[in-house]
Amino acid sequence: MSLLEQEAAGVVMTPDNIRTKQLPIAVNLGVAAAALVVSAVVVLGTGIGNWVLVLVLGLVAYLVGLFFAASRVEGKRAAKNRTMQSLIYAACVLAVLPLASVVWTLVSKGFERLDGNFFSTSMNNISARDPQGGAYHAIIGTLEQVGIATLIAVPLGVLGAIYLVEYGRGRFANTVRFFVDVMTGIPSIVAGLFILSFWVLIVSPWFNDGNPRFSGFAASLALTVLMLPTIVRSTEEMLRLVPGPLREGSYALGVPQWKTILKVVLPTALPGIVTGVMLSIARAAGETAPVLLVAGGAAAINFDPFAGNQQSLALFVYQQAGDASRYAPARAWTAALTLVALVLILTIAAKLLARRNKLSR
Amino acid sequence: MAKRIEASNVSSYYGSFKAIDSVSMTVEPKTITALIGPSGCGKSTFLRSINRMHEVLPGARIEGRLTIDDQNIYDQDVDVTAVRRMIGMVFQRPNPFPTMSIYENAVAGLKLNGVKKKSLLDDAAEKSLRSANLWDEVKDRLDRPGAGLSGGQQQRLCIARTIAVEPQVVLMDEPCSALDPISTLAIEDLMFKLKDRFTIIIVTHNMQQAARVSDKTGFFSIDKTGDPGRLIEYDDTQKIFSNPSQKKTEDYITGRFG
Repeated sequence: MSLLEQEAAGVVMTPDNIRTKQLPIAVNLGVAAAALVVSAVVVLGTGIGNWVLVLVLGLVAYLVGLFFAASRVEGKRAAKNRTMQSLIYAACVLAVLPLASVVWTLVSKGFERLDGNFFSTSMNNISARDPQGGAYHAIIGTLEQVGIATLIAVPLGVLGAIYLVEYGRGRFANTVRFFVDVMTGIPSIVAGLFILSFWVLIVSPWFNDGNPRFSGFAASLALTVLMLPTIVRSTEEMLRLVPGPLREGSYALGVPQWKTILKVVLPTALPGIVTGVMLSIARAAGETAPVLLVAGGAAAINFDPFAGNQQSLALFVYQQAGDASRYAPARAWTAALTLVALVLILTIAAKLLARRNKLSR
Repeated sequence: MAKRIEASNVSSYYGSFKAIDSVSMTVEPKTITALIGPSGCGKSTFLRSINRMHEVLPGARIEGRLTIDDQNIYDQDVDVTAVRRMIGMVFQRPNPFPTMSIYENAVAGLKLNGVKKKSLLDDAAEKSLRSANLWDEVKDRLDRPGAGLSGGQQQRLCIARTIAVEPQVVLMDEPCSALDPISTLAIEDLMFKLKDRFTIIIVTHNMQQAARVSDKTGFFSIDKTGDPGRLIEYDDTQKIFSNPSQKKTEDYITGRFG
């Protein structure tokens, strides 16, 4: 008798018994139904919760019941396997459920004002009794602010990451890496305050006859502060994943280091870098506080990001949601839907662009 | 175009660890030289020192003189990329560039070094792929990813890539260790073919391979783990495998050690 057979008799199958019984699918479903019924009776009977609790409790009961049922039929090892498998599937569903719920809420509530008027007018001269009004100015603001922030943050972030991975040695690189980590944790309101005190109050008067002023560009700077550490860190991780022999293969052809980085390392890491950049853009597009602090928000259209107040979609949602007008909530929902759709479209476009290379599968 | 390589008292370090101690050898143009020896004896380190690939690793450095046609490649004013363009290298694991097609891989060295003319690139791609015995297998799918080929094909693609830049010396670091016997044979045939044009130095664990392909053989060894590797014997391959002058060499090739 082998040591395994002695010590783990319930786990190891002996050579003369490699077949095993399987729990019939009907029993599996029966356990699930029974668990749901029991949990519904308990929860609704005692009145301690609604259908959400029924589902969660039912799930727990199902997993426990499944384990015992499977133990009887299939043995302990197989039962553990089956239960864990169900647990993983359940966790996956639970993780996606809130997301689906968010999307459904946005679509169902944002649908009401999803009209041409919303996308072609601003809130200029819209009173509390006016059902019209739209987010045109906010969309322009978001696109300009996030666009400028991306233009600044992506080159800086990617180059910084290249420095850290390919060139950075010693104390300076470690210091940079440390401060990037610290920057990752900066609350957005702090970034906004920094730009307010530095750019809006100190620098912007130089360009405006001594008077400080809000601008979309200031918002871009605040968003840049927020985007930079995310881009640096994600790009750094992606560049580190590029195998060393690939670089050496290029060096061995007499290709200089900068060209190796540009033509071999970066293209290999590109899909991952794009994902990191899109995450940071999505985060920046949803920021409210810094925009409120340094761009001020506006009711009218302002195409110039360098002068005067500008609105953004997130700020628009915040203001409309708190507005007394009975038409405002619908506008807030539609703006929120627009924001999510915008980020989604950008992400899809970027992914397609990064995959434009026909070779990557 | 093939060149003579002369190493005198070359020692390589990884930080404070001395990997090889005072290696001296001369490699004649248009010959194949095999470096054999047990694992960890510094063969690969020595090979990587020849085209200054050793120093890519942090903390790695070299002492001694390494000349190619009487120019010391470790002189202060030497351009590393020029050295590497002159001395190509094939690695143990095939490493085609994953974002490039077969065609792009074959001409990567030319393209990345500034050759733009399509007709020149096309000719070079066909020529180098033919030299690497790969043309017939890939000519209909040059735009497919290089990483989609089989292991042996990938390695030949890497050889094509290396010889496309027309170096004078080709270094091979166990090029067949990840390949099946048929691919190995294909690459050995290829080495014979390339011998007319290049000086080839190959590191191998396969002694039959060393005996089959090389003109000269160098035997590296270490006394014990932690000691630097040394060149024990360097002579004509025939002599090394029939009548070596050192006891250690004889023990190794007859399988009594290592």
